[in-house]
Amino acid sequence: MRIKDHPILGPKAKGRKVFIEVDGRKIEAEEHEPIAAALTAAGIFVFHRTKKTSSPRGLFCAIGRCSDCFMIVDGIPNTRTCVTPVREGMKVETQDGLGQWKVGS
Amino acid sequence: MREIELGVVGGGPAGLSAAIEAAKCGVKVAVFDENERPGGQLFKQIHKFFGSREHGAGIRGIDIGAQMLEDAEKHGVEVRLNTAVWGIFDGPKLGISSNQRVSRVSAKKILLATGANENALAFPGWTLPGVMGGGAAQTMINIHRVLPGKRILTVGSGNVGLIVSYQLLQAGAEVVGLVEALPYISGYGVHASKLRKCGVPIYTSYTVKEAIGKERVERAVIVKVDENFNPRPRTEKRLTVDTICLAVGLTPMAELAWLAGCEFVYVPELGGHVPVHDDDMETTLKGVYIAGDLTGIEEAHTAIEEGKVAGIAVAQSLGYLTSEKAQELKQEAWGHLEALRKGPFGQKRAEGKVKIKERRGAK
Repeated sequence: MRIKDHPILGPKAKGRKVFIEVDGRKIEAEEHEPIAAALTAAGIFVFHRTKKTSSPRGLFCAIGRCSDCFMIVDGIPNTRTCVTPVREGMKVETQDGLGQWKVGS
Repeated sequence: MREIELGVVGGGPAGLSAAIEAAKCGVKVAVFDENERPGGQLFKQIHKFFGSREHGAGIRGIDIGAQMLEDAEKHGVEVRLNTAVWGIFDGPKLGISSNQRVSRVSAKKILLATGANENALAFPGWTLPGVMGGGAAQTMINIHRVLPGKRILTVGSGNVGLIVSYQLLQAGAEVVGLVEALPYISGYGVHASKLRKCGVPIYTSYTVKEAIGKERVERAVIVKVDENFNPRPRTEKRLTVDTICLAVGLTPMAELAWLAGCEFVYVPELGGHVPVHDDDMETTLKGVYIAGDLTGIEEAHTAIEEGKVAGIAVAQSLGYLTSEKAQELKQEAWGHLEALRKGPFGQKRAEGKVKIKERRGAK
C-alpha cells in the first residue's frame, strides 16, 4: 500500500508512472523506485524460493545486503530488487533456487 | 581522472562530514557510495534529533542530510554514487566497482565510513516474507513511501525499535505490539511514551517465539521469558500480524577494514569487533582513518563529529593545516564527542571507547 499523505513528509510527490512485467503480469510502478517497492505496493511479497525446500523469501534488509530479495530481472538472476530501480518494460520473475541466466551465458 | 587526496568510503553522516571538513581546508576529496543516493540512513530519520543545540537538536535527520549534501557540493567534494569499494591495496589504492566494471583508484589517505548492518534474530518462521529489519521497514515507509504491512509486531525496545514503531503509525500502519526480552525498555523514555500514548502495548520480558504463515507472516506467537531469557510455560500470546520488525541492534560493517589488515578489538557495548583507532580516528594502518558506526555503534551526531576529527586530521597530515590550527579544531570536536557520550545512554559507549584506547595503550 502506498503512503499518499504523511504527517511529517506531507503529500507524496507524484512520480512518473512506468509499467513492469512481473511473472507475466503488468504492474504499475513509479519511476526511480526500486523493484521491491513496486512489488510491495502491488501486494507481492514472495520474491524467490530457496533451492532445497522451496521456501518463500521476501524483502528483509531493503538496503542491498542480505540477498533475500533476489529475483530474475531482464534475464539476470540474483538481482537485488531492493536497490535496483524499475524501468519501463522491465521483466521481473520470481526466482527458483539459485536462478538461471536467461541472457548472456 | 583527477587526483584524489582523500578517498572516503561511504556517503553517510560520518563520511560526508569528514569529506566536507577536509575539503574546506583544500583537500581534494572523493566520496564513494554504492547506493543510488548519498546520505546513508539520514534520509530515513524523519524525527527530531536529541542532543545539544550546536549538534542540531530538534532538527530532523532528513534536514541535516540535505544541509550536508549542500555543503559537500559547495566545497567541491566529488560524490561517486553506484560505486562499491571492494578492497584496499598498497599504495594505497581502492578497488572499486561501478556499472559492472572494476578498476582501482589511488588516494593518499583513506577514510572508511561504512556504517553498520542490522542484526537478525532467528526463531521458527523467521525466514518468512514479512519478517524484516526495523530499518528495512523504515526505508520502505520513509524513503519509498510504501507500507510493508498493515499489522506490525516490533521486536526490541531500543531507540530503533521505538522510533520505527512510531513512524509506522505515522505511515498509517497498526502496531499491534512491541516485545522486549529485558525487563525494562532500553531506549529513551520519551520515544516509548509517544508509543504508549497511541495505545501500543509494550511487552517487557517477552520475546517472539514463532512466526506462523504459509507464504507470508500471518501470526506471531510471543512468550514471556524469565531472568535467564528462557520461555515461561503457558505464557504464549498469539497476535494476528503480517509483519515482524526486528530491531535487535547493529553490527559495525567492518569487512573493508578487516581486508585492509587493520587491527581489531572486541567491544560488545559498541556492537562487536571494531578497528583499533587513535584520537585522530586513524587505524593501526597509517593513512587509513575511520568514522561513524564502523568505529562502534552510536548515532548520527557522534558520526558527524568523528568525521570532523578525521577530516581535520587528514588535512593536517597533508599539510593543509598547521598543527596548532588542527589541534584547536579537533579540540572543539572532541569536546562535542565527550558531551554526546554523557548521561545514562552515552556512558556505556564512552566506556567502550575507553576500551579501544586501553588496547592501543597496551601495545
